[in-house]
Amino acid sequence: MVLTKRIIPCIDVDLDEDGNPAVYTGVHFEDLEYTGDPVEMAKAYNESGADEFVFLDITASAEGRETMLDVVERVADEVFIPLTVGGGIRTTDDIKETLRAGADKVSITTGAIERPQLITEGARAFGSQCIVISVDARRRFDEEGEHYVDIDGESCWFECTKKGGREGTGIDVLEWASEAEARGAGELFVNSIDKDGTKDGYDLPLTSAVCDAVETPVIASSGCGSPEDMYDVFTEADADAGLAASIFHFDEYSIEETKTYLDEHDVPVRL
Amino acid sequence: MSTVTSDTENARAAVVVVDYGLGNLRSVTRGLERAGADVEITADPDAFAAADGVVLPGVGAFREGVENADPIRDELLAVTETDTPLFGICLGMQMLLTTSEEGETDGESAVQGLGLVPGTNVRFAEGQKVPHMGWNELTVEREHPLVDGVDGKYAYFVHSYYAVPDEDGATVATTDYEREFPSIVANDDGTVFGTQFHPEKSGETGLRILQNFVDMCADA
Repeated sequence: MVLTKRIIPCIDVDLDEDGNPAVYTGVHFEDLEYTGDPVEMAKAYNESGADEFVFLDITASAEGRETMLDVVERVADEVFIPLTVGGGIRTTDDIKETLRAGADKVSITTGAIERPQLITEGARAFGSQCIVISVDARRRFDEEGEHYVDIDGESCWFECTKKGGREGTGIDVLEWASEAEARGAGELFVNSIDKDGTKDGYDLPLTSAVCDAVETPVIASSGCGSPEDMYDVFTEADADAGLAASIFHFDEYSIEETKTYLDEHDVPVRL
Repeated sequence: MSTVTSDTENARAAVVVVDYGLGNLRSVTRGLERAGADVEITADPDAFAAADGVVLPGVGAFREGVENADPIRDELLAVTETDTPLFGICLGMQMLLTTSEEGETDGESAVQGLGLVPGTNVRFAEGQKVPHMGWNELTVEREHPLVDGVDGKYAYFVHSYYAVPDEDGATVATTDYEREFPSIVANDDGTVFGTQFHPEKSGETGLRILQNFVDMCADA
């Protein structure tokens, strides 16, 4: 037997009007829609055969952060599968607090781009296995990149964005992925601004290019609309894990259905 | 250091989770509680001696783990002179061995593990995806109470080094990641053992292993 491909549901958690934590699902990182209570959702996923669980704090405020650490604690008490928590992590103290609350890994996006040394410090203090670097990539069809791939006959490079896709950085995703790995990142989350919420499949050229550039495990994210999309990202792009939000939240497909489909198509999964 | 005691009623055994300043102790505590243990998270050596079982958890680097645990080294070794089970998880398991490639700078200053299961921890080969991260299968190689009911099941791994005991007999279960490696090891009399994977993160299979451990503690 071999290492199985992981199916990972992800929830974005914000505060609702009353200041209570709630799960939201969006399109292109915008237009968020309320989909449920984070702790209840985590419990349901734990029981449904999810291989891991990712929890992103999108509140981006000090008040939100306190509330979220409390939610992380409650989720960690219910979930006996690995838990990754991301959102607003900028210092080693943030990493420590999040791990102390019960996370197994932290996902860092902007904080690492603004200060790459955070990856080095985090890996040294807590181990590479808990440092996940998350990349919000967007396609650019100009001359400013370093590594190009062909997409439908056009030459494209991938730019790292920050602040949830709202700001470009000019940094080539493949350069950044290699640097993050060299600094001790244990895993890479690859999000695509172009594919987020579209449900028309993962960004396969992006995922493939990152998988080729690093040896660190790669988790494909953004764009999953069906078990077939998972199949494509495992077989065509060699991703180690597939992350999805809305197809599971809205009960379009269950995790079990997704895994059964993959198993029938010879993709190794934990059933 | 703070001491946290759970309030599990009708617990089958009193288990100490050793707090030597590394990692997430919450999940392993909740897992053990669900498995029927009354759990105390502490670095107090007196508690080790009083417990029915001791868990040495851990994530992170070998050198840091060993150095952090150094002040309680003798007390941990004393646990193994009784029948009290000592259960190392992940880095905690690697620390049961003698040395690790991860801790080495040169021969002179190699970091010494607890040496309870003689052997060394080595890194996965170049060109392999490291860390070995995810769900992989357990193949039970020999009898041990810890592995009752888990042959062929999946467990969650996150590690870049793996244990190579000097004696083949120390291997209780193996897992295949481009090569077969020991995923559960134990000493000769079976009271010191460890899992490379995280039972507290391995869903139902992991809970079964924690229950087996609590059973051993209750019987000891």
